[in-house]
Amino acid sequence: MRIELNGAPTELADDTTLVGLIEDRLGGTRGAAVVVDGSVVPRSAWPQFRVADGQRVELITAVQGG
Amino acid sequence: MADQLTIAGVSLSSRLIMGTGGAPSMQVIDEVLEASGTALCTVAMRRHDAATAGSLIDVIDKRGVRVLPNTAGCRTAAEAVRTAQLAREALETDWVKLEVVADERTLLPDPVELLDAAQLLVADGFTVLPYTNDDPVLARRLQQSGCAAVMPLGSPIGTGLGISNPHNIELIVAEAAEGGVPVILDAGIGTASDAAFAMELGCDGVLLASAVTRAQRPALMAEAMAAAVHAGRAAYLAGRIPRRRHAQASSPTEGMATF
Repeated sequence: MRIELNGAPTELADDTTLVGLIEDRLGGTRGAAVVVDGSVVPRSAWPQFRVADGQRVELITAVQGG
Repeated sequence: MADQLTIAGVSLSSRLIMGTGGAPSMQVIDEVLEASGTALCTVAMRRHDAATAGSLIDVIDKRGVRVLPNTAGCRTAAEAVRTAQLAREALETDWVKLEVVADERTLLPDPVELLDAAQLLVADGFTVLPYTNDDPVLARRLQQSGCAAVMPLGSPIGTGLGISNPHNIELIVAEAAEGGVPVILDAGIGTASDAAFAMELGCDGVLLASAVTRAQRPALMAEAMAAAVHAGRAAYLAGRIPRRRHAQASSPTEGMATF
């Protein structure tokens, strides 16, 4: 399937969960947050949440900032 | 020592809060966190960038420093609330440094959006530390809204101009003390004397980033800031002498030898 990840078209395996996606990209979930189609998905829902074709996913992390 | 900064019931071992923005590398952030002795540092929330080397949160966790996410870049209350909610999921903390700025040129807080956001976030269970103008009335309104601290600017972010209106900072400190809310001088610090001055005015802490991260030797400046905050706090507690128009001898005026 094809999703939009942080604004870029991205191919993902069909059964990808949010926790799987985050661990794949970040190597862990500490410091990560996810927005799917404009809504913040709570951390507790990540293991069950299966990403669907065409969804817009924003993967957010902590970066340097004052 | 019992004289600790306490925010929302949490005692912090340092009155210096470090911003992590502006550092040239993770290595410098690590050095600065250590040299400053800070117990609390800010981060921003942004899209994951695969090109970034190293994990900021790993560096902060390793140093045992508590993390304070900010809402930098937000222009409206709605944006700030969403960013705070993201940060809560990401970092598993209810604490947020609330920043709602009006424009890029001044980065001054937008008071209307700021107060609105503070009220919404307090109602949503956040521990809100608002970056605010040096306006005693706005600080009062934020305090009345249930914010855990008020964080007036000394001067605009990144300018290093120091504390441009010390009288207003003193007014904010006096009113916050009555309400038991700590005052953190946030933004505008240029060098160590600015941080000491903030503490001498009665601020409970200082938050700074650029003054350290953009210094020629960041770790050394972090050390200087820690010493300045400590010295300023001690001077405030000790109570300075009143200013006088004319000189007052410190040596005895009686018993001079006669020649």
